[in-house]
Amino acid sequence: MSGFRLKAAETGGKALHFTFDGKSFVGREGDTLASALMANGVSIVGRSFKYHRPRGIFTAGSEEPSALVTLRSGGRHEPNVRATEIELYEGLEARSQNRWPSVRFDLMAVNQLAGKAFSAGFYYKTFMGPRRAGHKATQFWYFCEQFIRRAAGLGKGATSADPDTYSRMNAWCDVLVIGAGAAGIAAAGRAASAGARVIMCDERARGGGSLTGAPELLDGQPAAEWASDAMEELAELDNVTILTRTTVQSMFDGDTYLAVERVNDHRDEPKRHQPRQRAWTIRAASTVIATGAIERPIVFAGNDRPGVMLADAARRYAVEYGVAPGRAVAVFTNNDTGWLAARDMARAGVIVSAIVDVRADVQDDVRKAGEESRAEIFLGAAITGTRGWQELQGAHVRDFHEVSNTLGGKKRFIGCDCIAVSGGWSPAFHLTSQQGGKPQWDAELQAFLPGEASANWFGAGAMAGKFGLRNAFRTGEEAAVRALTQAGFGEGESSVPVIEGDAIDYAPAPVLEINSPGKSFVDLQHDVTADDVRLAHREGFVSVEHLKRYTTLGMATDQGKTSNVTGLAIMAQTRDMSIPEVGTTRFRPPYTPVALATLAGEQYGHLSTVRRTPMHDWHVANGAHMYANGPWLRPESYNAPGETVEQAYIREARKVRESVGLVDVSTLGKIDVQGPDAAEFLNRIYSNGFAKLPVGKARYGLMLREDGFLFDDGTTWRLDEHRFLMTTTTAGAGHVMEHLEYHRDVVWPDLKVALTSVSDEWAGVAVAGPKSRQVLAACVTKCDVSNEALPFMGVRTGEIVGIPVWIARLSFSGEMAYEVYCGANWGQALWDALMAAGEKHDIVPYGLEALSTLRIEKGHVAGPELNGRTTPGDLGLQGMVSSKKNFVGAVLNNRPAMQAEDRLQLVAIRSIDGQRIIGGSHLVKGTKDEPGLSEGHTTSTCFSPALNAYISLALLERGRARFGEKMYATNPVRDSHVAVEVINPHMVDPKGARMHG
Amino acid sequence: MSRYSAWEILKNAVKGNRDWTPAWRRAEPKSAYDVIIIGGGGHGLSTAYYLAKVHGITNVAVVEKGYLGSGNVGRNTTIVRSNYRLTPNSRFYEKSMELWRELSHDLNYNVMFSPRGVLNLALTPGQMDTYAERGNQMRLMGVRSELLDRDQVARLNPGLDVSGSARFPIEGGLLQPDAGNARHDAVAWGYARAADQLGVDIIENCEVNGFLKEGGRITGVETTRGTIRAAKTGVAVAGNTGKVMKLAGIDNLPIESTVLQAFVSESIKPIIKNVVTFGAGHLYVSQSDKGGLVFGGNIDYYNSYAQRGNLPVWEEVISELLAMFPAFARVKLLRSWGGVMDMSMDGSPIITTGPIDGMYLNAGWCYGGFKATPASGWCFAHTIANDKASEYNETFTLERFKNGQSIDELGAGPTPWYH
Amino acid sequence: MKITCPYCGERDHREFTYRGDATAIRPSIDNTSLDDHQAFVYDRKNTAGTHRELWNHTSGCRTHVVVVRDTVSHEIFSCEPVGPFAKQLARNVAKLKGAGA
Repeated sequence: MSGFRLKAAETGGKALHFTFDGKSFVGREGDTLASALMANGVSIVGRSFKYHRPRGIFTAGSEEPSALVTLRSGGRHEPNVRATEIELYEGLEARSQNRWPSVRFDLMAVNQLAGKAFSAGFYYKTFMGPRRAGHKATQFWYFCEQFIRRAAGLGKGATSADPDTYSRMNAWCDVLVIGAGAAGIAAAGRAASAGARVIMCDERARGGGSLTGAPELLDGQPAAEWASDAMEELAELDNVTILTRTTVQSMFDGDTYLAVERVNDHRDEPKRHQPRQRAWTIRAASTVIATGAIERPIVFAGNDRPGVMLADAARRYAVEYGVAPGRAVAVFTNNDTGWLAARDMARAGVIVSAIVDVRADVQDDVRKAGEESRAEIFLGAAITGTRGWQELQGAHVRDFHEVSNTLGGKKRFIGCDCIAVSGGWSPAFHLTSQQGGKPQWDAELQAFLPGEASANWFGAGAMAGKFGLRNAFRTGEEAAVRALTQAGFGEGESSVPVIEGDAIDYAPAPVLEINSPGKSFVDLQHDVTADDVRLAHREGFVSVEHLKRYTTLGMATDQGKTSNVTGLAIMAQTRDMSIPEVGTTRFRPPYTPVALATLAGEQYGHLSTVRRTPMHDWHVANGAHMYANGPWLRPESYNAPGETVEQAYIREARKVRESVGLVDVSTLGKIDVQGPDAAEFLNRIYSNGFAKLPVGKARYGLMLREDGFLFDDGTTWRLDEHRFLMTTTTAGAGHVMEHLEYHRDVVWPDLKVALTSVSDEWAGVAVAGPKSRQVLAACVTKCDVSNEALPFMGVRTGEIVGIPVWIARLSFSGEMAYEVYCGANWGQALWDALMAAGEKHDIVPYGLEALSTLRIEKGHVAGPELNGRTTPGDLGLQGMVSSKKNFVGAVLNNRPAMQAEDRLQLVAIRSIDGQRIIGGSHLVKGTKDEPGLSEGHTTSTCFSPALNAYISLALLERGRARFGEKMYATNPVRDSHVAVEVINPHMVDPKGARMHG
Repeated sequence: MSRYSAWEILKNAVKGNRDWTPAWRRAEPKSAYDVIIIGGGGHGLSTAYYLAKVHGITNVAVVEKGYLGSGNVGRNTTIVRSNYRLTPNSRFYEKSMELWRELSHDLNYNVMFSPRGVLNLALTPGQMDTYAERGNQMRLMGVRSELLDRDQVARLNPGLDVSGSARFPIEGGLLQPDAGNARHDAVAWGYARAADQLGVDIIENCEVNGFLKEGGRITGVETTRGTIRAAKTGVAVAGNTGKVMKLAGIDNLPIESTVLQAFVSESIKPIIKNVVTFGAGHLYVSQSDKGGLVFGGNIDYYNSYAQRGNLPVWEEVISELLAMFPAFARVKLLRSWGGVMDMSMDGSPIITTGPIDGMYLNAGWCYGGFKATPASGWCFAHTIANDKASEYNETFTLERFKNGQSIDELGAGPTPWYH
Repeated sequence: MKITCPYCGERDHREFTYRGDATAIRPSIDNTSLDDHQAFVYDRKNTAGTHRELWNHTSGCRTHVVVVRDTVSHEIFSCEPVGPFAKQLARNVAKLKGAGA
């Protein structure tokens, strides 16, 4: 193929400079990369996947299987872009891919020499490796695979992050119109006239669809002009939103559509403050699908040479882009549209050397079009092969008998550097097929039609098998009326233009393959040949899905848009069945490949929200290393300069035991439970009793799942007769809220309880240590914090520097301790006040590590022990499971297996020889080399300043009966094996004198 | 029928590939068999194969309502691993690994098992401890595992964001070096071909629409291709377990069906080595031999028998993928699809005799069924042949749920959509 | 999927949290039958077809609703509120509809 810019089109349009494989070219405003390459005579733009055969430009749209290039560079480097879709911009930089060293000379093309051996199913039958002792099949394949992997793959992925941004948009409308061709314009106009909110999407830069290059006159105007005016008129309406460069990619349940708008892909980089692409989620009351049809080829030997392209694509390059696809174009067709393509190309100045039609005869109008093209006409003939090295030089033509599907007569040669081929049209019903809509075969049109609607969509135009402009306008309006009715609107007004032009028959002859010697390609990207389809048949892979999976037909980046029906036709012929008997595969979303970042939208680079407590900035300013705890960031420890995390937490924990410390507990889940039945409700939720909790008291509570396993824990404070404040674990906050709401709404709607999540409303600080009361006493007003007035588990209100607070005397550390809560906005002020009040006691802030150390020393359980597989009994908390009342999980917690003594039970272990016990260790009896099986594992590990030893809480089989036993905490993946003694988990102050004091 | 080999390929190529024969016979159903397996997916076919090969029971039919391998065996993300925490799972999946390693030879069919390593990324020190606990359990069970630090992880998979400024900075990961992936369709086809060669009848387009019952015992099935009697009937229909078991009068099971979506990108040159999973959500990704990034994440939560899902899961899964690999931003999603998962109440499978005499049940695979294919078939065949579970599936009973002996790897409780 | 919340109107299902089979009902608080609890927790009909199920409008009004949905086609037939406010809500909705008409 040696395309060129047609004389008539040489003037006009701004010149745009671009490079392909480093070479500079000039294109024109309005070009796609494909048309610009074609205008510059570039014929080979890529290589096929398997055989690395040269590939040219096959289509003029999103169905392109061959012309894939890599665009841009650096973080914007993008592989596998269809040259037929990318709009040319100044400075565009493109490279061919899947070739080495160059696209014209690719050493990997040696693959094709393997020829017939490299057929479908090749890999399944070999590379199993020699079968001998000690040589696993796996190893041989794994060795070969790395070379195979390197040869496969198309373009290279980028290696750095994309600097562009992506966004998401949600939209609702009454009528969604997909496709802004003739049918879409008609539908949108009609729907808009009835007052419906309309969104119309089209994948091209401008609307109009086939009108942009159609020879017809509409209301006396050239079709392209008419379309342009019509689009403008629609755009001016308040109730119409037009999204161009926007592909509706998928249809989901409930008339929900994903559309991708390429906001800035036609520029070298996005405009400031604009995303590169935008993903629209459109929820429509009803939808008109007017996505047109996709031309398909006839398969013949040698049909993969660059220069073979679809007839309508060749026509569009000539008519719409002013580019001749070749010096001499031969048209090969089984239907009338090929003839019109020849005529239109000739009108644009392209030399059409031949029209080859498999049909013995055509109607007069069509013949006249052929005559106008001045081409040599071959009726009842077929192309049986092509000639050329890398570029097409000509084709062989023989007589063809359509009915018997046989070749005859002498082989004739026609010189051409482009074959424009048309095998008829396949309606583009991909969206409805994604939703499981079963297509129906139309024998007359030799095409699948979308079939019954399974949702509120209505097909129009070629998508529904209604070809031609007159049909498009009529069915577009009809579909709009049905959509309007569906969406609850009136019928609107009709405005169909007067159309002057060809009236042709779109039904093709049922010929989709010319079976002659030589490689005939069905899937151009994956190099699936007609022989591969027949081989699949021979090996029994005859169902459509097997055919597809065995040969990889239709699995390439184009998802077989131009090859599915031809592949089916060949299988049908081989099986001696009709095409619908063979079946059709379901199209999978998306319609065309979508950049991953577009689907991530604003979450690209921002995976999820970060939650910070009101005191966050203070923590960071004071040396805290912040630690991700679910969505929250919490201080791990406050490191003095040069201090390690371990040194810091040991210092902090020691200080708490000696004097006083404070810790930010704002992340705890907090739920306000109110109502006359609040106490009864909590009594049913918690495994221990809550009905009789006095006002002004808090209680530690356990929640079970309905299956009797532990769910969450925390303290709940009775603030008033009918009001409780429940605290939950940080991680469990959301789940507990849902758990409570479920039981309130669904299980016991008769209970009068209101639940409000107040986690974000309250900031919380725990003050712990023997001096904690003195610290509070120094700053709290309107509340007596003496032991008598505020005993252990007491809850009071008060003020600190004028801030109203709740003070609860709770202890997680085992020390005398208080939790102080205030409105979140005052959190920092509260913190500052407590720090100031503690100054003379040398108060320290402490982080999660110290918090954890203190509770481990005390034997208190937390997240690592509540792993979803433990019961209260396992953790030594059976005493908190009431046998006097019923509650969630009571019945199933009672099952014998849940109470068995051989379960893993909570213990502590202490390192015997001072070696560190490392997180994730298992408890075993054996040596490092022969550890034996696991009998349990550590859960929470630390160095205990109180015991001056490395300790850990652990879950151990029959653990409570094994205190005093010597074992090993083994950690082979961290290369450690530590001698430990099993001890009672209540290591510090088991009687609780310190916290009660 | 010929053995597959490189030599055979060359020989046939010379003859224009005209002498290849069907990979398996298109069998007509006989009136009776010793064993019928309902479900021509991976598990059903492997069961038939091991019944014939290990137990010498060759008078076996596999009945499949659609085309062979039309269910989850051809819809999964092809991951093969045994990096489990709980002993029953660990033993079972390691048995599977043992079979995987020899499978291509065993079947004379290249299933392309590729031990490229499965890497679980840890994002907090706490998660590193959790992974260490699992890695140690693996070691103690004789399964290789390695705890890697951030640099080691980055060296294996250069596209990973290990910057430390990531929303969830990567701390390291747990690697099972012997795990990897395999070519899913090849597993179905390889088992079918090998079972067929041992005399098993594989009957496609044969939907079961009833069971034959005599005196409380299942004695065969009614199908769209006629009545077929059998001494023993095994059910291995994954997501359709509920539907099929209802035909036998079993209305309730500890299983719910949901849809799991899978995704593949366009093909790009090799960029990631391992199968990689993300610790701050649910995401697994690997790169196929063709070059596509194959990935998936959470199920669509709601009950479903539709082999397609919805948009929220796309956005969630892809956001997580890009959080790990920001350089994949412009790589394009090519295709997504769905499969119906039989989510059990504890996330672990069921391979058991019963629940009716003459019947055997293989179900509850959640989304871990592919890697289990060899061991599942091996154990199910053993259970059918001996009327008793093997040592590898003795805990995979139906009773375990009600008895409080669930095997809850995640600790998520009896909420199937959380597993 | 779109779910029409009785409070908030038609919303995308992503605003809701799935809560499972609405026909699996917890035994009353006084019921201590092991069988009943086991059935509630573990037995599922797992219907292919019309399915009554619970959803919570978590990212909206947090109302629990019973949705009747086809598990094969995903078509949604109805959405009714449950909970202590359900009856009042139904009355309000009826009143609003009456006023609108």
